[in-house]
Amino acid sequence: MDDNYRQLFQYILSGLANGSIYALIGFGFAIIHNATGIINFAQGEFVMLGGMLTLFFLVFCGFPLAPSIILSVLIATLIGISFERLAIRPLKNAKPIRLIIITIGASIFIRGAAMLVWGKDTHALPAFSGTDPLYLAGATIMPQHLWIFGITLLVIFFSRIFFNHSIIGKAMRACAYNAQAASLVGIDVKIMVMISFAISAAIGSLAGIIIAPLTMTSYDVGIMLGLKGFCAVIIGGMSSGLGTVMGGLLLGLLEALGAGFISASYKDAIAFIILLLILFLRPQGLFGAKETERV
Amino acid sequence: MITEEKRQIFIFLIFALALLAAPVFFRESYLLTVLVFIGIHTMLAVALNLLMGYAGQISLGHAAFFGLGAYLSGILTTRFGLDPWLVIILAALCAAVVAFVIGFPILKLKGHYLAMATLGFGIIIYIVFNETVDWTGGPSGLSSIPSLQIGTIIFDSDLYNYYLVWIITLCVMLLSINLSQSRIGRALRAVHDSEVAARVMGINAWFLKVQIFTVSAFISAVAGSLYAHALTFISPASFGFNFSVELVTMVVVGGLGSIYGSFLGAAILTVLPEFLRVFEDFDVVIYGLLLIIMNMFMPGGLISGLEMLAQKVVLKIKKKRHADA
Repeated sequence: MDDNYRQLFQYILSGLANGSIYALIGFGFAIIHNATGIINFAQGEFVMLGGMLTLFFLVFCGFPLAPSIILSVLIATLIGISFERLAIRPLKNAKPIRLIIITIGASIFIRGAAMLVWGKDTHALPAFSGTDPLYLAGATIMPQHLWIFGITLLVIFFSRIFFNHSIIGKAMRACAYNAQAASLVGIDVKIMVMISFAISAAIGSLAGIIIAPLTMTSYDVGIMLGLKGFCAVIIGGMSSGLGTVMGGLLLGLLEALGAGFISASYKDAIAFIILLLILFLRPQGLFGAKETERV
Repeated sequence: MITEEKRQIFIFLIFALALLAAPVFFRESYLLTVLVFIGIHTMLAVALNLLMGYAGQISLGHAAFFGLGAYLSGILTTRFGLDPWLVIILAALCAAVVAFVIGFPILKLKGHYLAMATLGFGIIIYIVFNETVDWTGGPSGLSSIPSLQIGTIIFDSDLYNYYLVWIITLCVMLLSINLSQSRIGRALRAVHDSEVAARVMGINAWFLKVQIFTVSAFISAVAGSLYAHALTFISPASFGFNFSVELVTMVVVGGLGSIYGSFLGAAILTVLPEFLRVFEDFDVVIYGLLLIIMNMFMPGGLISGLEMLAQKVVLKIKKKRHADA
């Protein structure tokens, strides 16, 4: 096989892997946004917490991999729930500018606390099942890529089942359509909001855990990953679950190809230029339906 | 009877005199340096407050305009030998044009989307500062920027810089106080309270927001130029996302829409790290906590929060007197 093709395939593969992560993070944004109308600027910090907590349990406490992951997701989820309970619920009818500022405050607080606890160093999380590459049609695949694709597919599959078939999932969707109407038919909106924060923290931290072996982790990875997850959800449209996945994959691909063929140093700028273009030209996302403005 | 207008002028005069007299008491150079930075930060906080407090629009990328001013000043004076004063105006105009052009699409967005778009813009500019190494010196920064000069006076000491920065800052504050009492200020408040209602009253809300965004960028760029000349060295780290958030914190701590509040916020956030240096790295955590706590318990900012507290105390004392009598 030609060298160029092999390289292209490699770019596509890593693009899809990163894209899956962006999609998962984007999911987290969408779930909270649909339940509350808030864009949670602290979303990226849960991604960071996932990676750092797993590293902490695995490397410093010497736990095996599976319990470390489960513990980390649980702790991140608890932090998500307490964040909602302590900072979001007391402000529930505040103007967007206050909600934005409070989630930003929470995000710097979590990041700063992580820095104080774990320091500023960058760490590598060991890959889940070794680093011996697999060969597929002449190109190499890291086992971690397969983990990422597998876990992303699982999360998408289960969240579809959850939101379409379980009673809680349906109740959450009812809140997204119209919170007042939902509460009239006996749905506890407060609980649903709390669950949305819990799920989104859990998915975010899981994303942080599965990407950490490929990209390294440190206290400040949350900003960029969070922003790119937001970018994914904007490309896909807040209202469309599948759109978010497509948005994430598209972003990952464009970024990888742009970094490979145009300029590696402007890799991060690509995501934000796309973000601005989409916000300017098609704010409802490529796959979303147009939202009507409520007065 | 003292009119509201006279009261405002009186307060401003006292404030200005106090500041201009301050160096008499703060002879120590270190304190003066801190005060120069408070001045620059006040200018930035006031500029952002025009947008956040008056018009109710958030910007998470304002460090970009600050940076544009600083880098244009730095590059044009060191590499092209242009006159620094001319460059300050050029740089501010450039930043204003950039703000005007991106303002149209960006200020169509609202709330969270606006926040994300301004953030994205800020990060793109930050990446450009870092990557255009030939021009900006990249991450290691741009040094030996000349000090400003009028005739034979060279602004290379803290005392000179203090007066330079603060006279311009006071002008910006006066302009902003004036603005809030003008037709534009009232229109902005209407947009802040309800954009739809303002539009029904015949205010072109979109264009108004773009205008105030442009003015805000202009002032921020002037602050950037002054920063570059005062420090003679700049690097991208001063103009990143963290600084944008710090600016938002200053405005929120001082109070949205309060010009003196912006000064207070800028002063607190400039002095705080100096004290926190003892507990290295603690400042970030404190900023986060400050943002959360201010938002939950004093959403109007420190000045109005303290005013309310004072009113409560006065009320209690009066009640007590009433009960005693």
